[in-house]
Amino acid sequence: MTDTTTATPATPASTPAPSSRPQGGAPSAPTSFFGALEIDMRFMGMLGALAVIWIVFDVLAGGTFLTARNLWNLSVQSSSIAVMSTGMVLVIVMRHIDLSVGSILGVTGMAMAVFQVGTLMPAFGFNHPAVFVLTLALGIGLGAAIGALHGFVIAYLGVPAFIVTLGGLLVWRGAAWAVAEGKTIPLVDDNFKLLGGGANGSIGAEWSWIIAAIACIAIAVAAVQARRQRQRFHFPLKPMWAEFVTVAAGCAAVVAATLIVNAYTLPPVLARRYAEAAGLDVPPEGISISFGFAVPVLVAVAVGIVMTFVTTRTRFGRYVFAIGGNPEAADLAGINTKRITLAVFALMGALAAIGAAISTARLNSATNAQGTLDELYVIAAAVIGGTSLSGGSGTIAGAMVGALVMQSLQSGMVLMRVDTPYQNIVVGIVLVFAVWIDTVYRKRFK
Amino acid sequence: MNAVTAEAAAPVANPGASRISGTPLVEMRDICIAFGGIRAVDGVSVDLYPGEVVGLLGHNGAGKSTLIKILAGAYKPDAGEIRINGEKAEIANPRDAKRYGIETIYQTLALADNVDAAANLFLGRELRTAWGTLDDVAMEAATREVMGRLNPNFRKFKEPVRGLSGGQRQSVAIARAIHFNARILIMDEPTAALGPQETAQVAELIKQLKAEGIGIFLISHDIHDVFDLADRVSVMKNGKLVGTARTSDVTKDEVLGMIILGKSPPGAAAGPGASV
Repeated sequence: MTDTTTATPATPASTPAPSSRPQGGAPSAPTSFFGALEIDMRFMGMLGALAVIWIVFDVLAGGTFLTARNLWNLSVQSSSIAVMSTGMVLVIVMRHIDLSVGSILGVTGMAMAVFQVGTLMPAFGFNHPAVFVLTLALGIGLGAAIGALHGFVIAYLGVPAFIVTLGGLLVWRGAAWAVAEGKTIPLVDDNFKLLGGGANGSIGAEWSWIIAAIACIAIAVAAVQARRQRQRFHFPLKPMWAEFVTVAAGCAAVVAATLIVNAYTLPPVLARRYAEAAGLDVPPEGISISFGFAVPVLVAVAVGIVMTFVTTRTRFGRYVFAIGGNPEAADLAGINTKRITLAVFALMGALAAIGAAISTARLNSATNAQGTLDELYVIAAAVIGGTSLSGGSGTIAGAMVGALVMQSLQSGMVLMRVDTPYQNIVVGIVLVFAVWIDTVYRKRFK
Repeated sequence: MNAVTAEAAAPVANPGASRISGTPLVEMRDICIAFGGIRAVDGVSVDLYPGEVVGLLGHNGAGKSTLIKILAGAYKPDAGEIRINGEKAEIANPRDAKRYGIETIYQTLALADNVDAAANLFLGRELRTAWGTLDDVAMEAATREVMGRLNPNFRKFKEPVRGLSGGQRQSVAIARAIHFNARILIMDEPTAALGPQETAQVAELIKQLKAEGIGIFLISHDIHDVFDLADRVSVMKNGKLVGTARTSDVTKDEVLGMIILGKSPPGAAAGPGASV
């Protein structure tokens, strides 16, 4: 407030705003290139770090890292952790933690496999669509129920999330063993296996381009929509060139990803066999069949989009952030913080089940050790992705990039033939280093 | 600038505007609440009429904030009743209080520091589009309007409120309280974070809201803040009501005596907490 105050008589008549011009926010000229683009600098920094990691590994691993095949594999391997990290963002934003996601993944994966093999397959028959749908529904329902139970104990009984989910880590790992007495259960439904990726679980070149086109149109429409909204209320607008640069960059990223996944083709022998099985004419010089986007990657991207929508466009998401920023203020504003807490943990459980579907489908079977240590990778992905452990801030996209960073480190070291113990050492150091960098960033730029 | 201070300092010589008659807007009767054996509020009764400012005074720890948190729905009293417009009100949580038109500006401001002004202003009462999603643009527009009224130089609409100055944060908290057509306004130390100019501006706002017929509870431990703005003062000491007096019937020294010694002067209606 300032010295512009004059002694206006205190009458209600003087209160209405006199003009239709936006109050208190005269359009100010954007100061810098990046300012005009309204780019999240931290997110760009993360992408930059990812690029550095990729290039360094490519050099160290003799050019084997930046190949279509490796990048395609990387995308598939990151999917399960990426899906779960989106939920972990909300958990950590609310100043909680979930140590049980790996075990929930284990028990839901096991339950889905047992249910599919033991109940659904005999009931509906081989590869019946209902098998796929009901398996997923059961898994997600079970995951949500387990998460809701954790959330209930945390929110309504007041036991700290760290303890509840530490207990859950042991309980559900034990339960995963108990469900099948430690046996490995092979999956039988071919539709379900598509969730794991592989040659069958990929959509091929044509569909990849169709999806890329849809994505580009969606990016453009979203930009136009946002601009119209701001025009409606006469708010300051981004300069036109900045809009074009943003949309073009988004589309370029989509096209680049599509080119990469389409450049990964089936080995000639398999391609020939595949084409013959599909009844195609095979020219004598052989046939080239692209993998295209893998199904689990599309699932992860879809989850990311939905979760971004939930966090930024819905009341629920707004409340999660408000609670993380100031739980007492949220309470005083009339928000039912307990119910939101329960819902967040239920959501985390459901996402762990989706992660379970992806990773069991990828291995074609469920084992009781599945998802061991995943909780740590998921938390690391969220934290590397800029989620603050003190609560109140984090983004879904950041966490997904964080998942990609974690997986890149692992794959890169595998390509470099680094032994497992050393891989863990490096990953551990990188995690601490990344959080330190983030702390420095926060202190300087707040 | 000087004009404002001069006006704020002038005694409110307008007893007619707050004649104690008719149905009170708020009656809190024999309110008790204890925390682990400590009687934070012990049999306190206060009331508030439309267009009236009642100052709630007392030392730190006298129970003022606890009392108004009961009215705001943040605490549930152990005993006593609250009447709004003469009818018994059930206030179990902050949402109930808001339904009765009770808005509160907390001493701590109760802002979520990590989200922007509009998100704080509409926290718990978000505007939504036909699709059920948050209508951020409409909320920002409303925020620009109300902030334009309270603090015309405010620009940081896109920034988390963490990045705002004390005065700006205060104006966000005030904007939140007045935007939803409050009938009863509770201001807990509203000027604690403010400089002299801003304090004068808040005083101006209080007069304006009072003229609109809103009843205001003004909580402060500083008698000077309150005395000039309030029509009546109620003084608390150790969780009990020392007494209630019209500011025109008592002197500042007498009110000071109520706060420090718990001594109810002749011009005041003595409460159960009065020492004599």
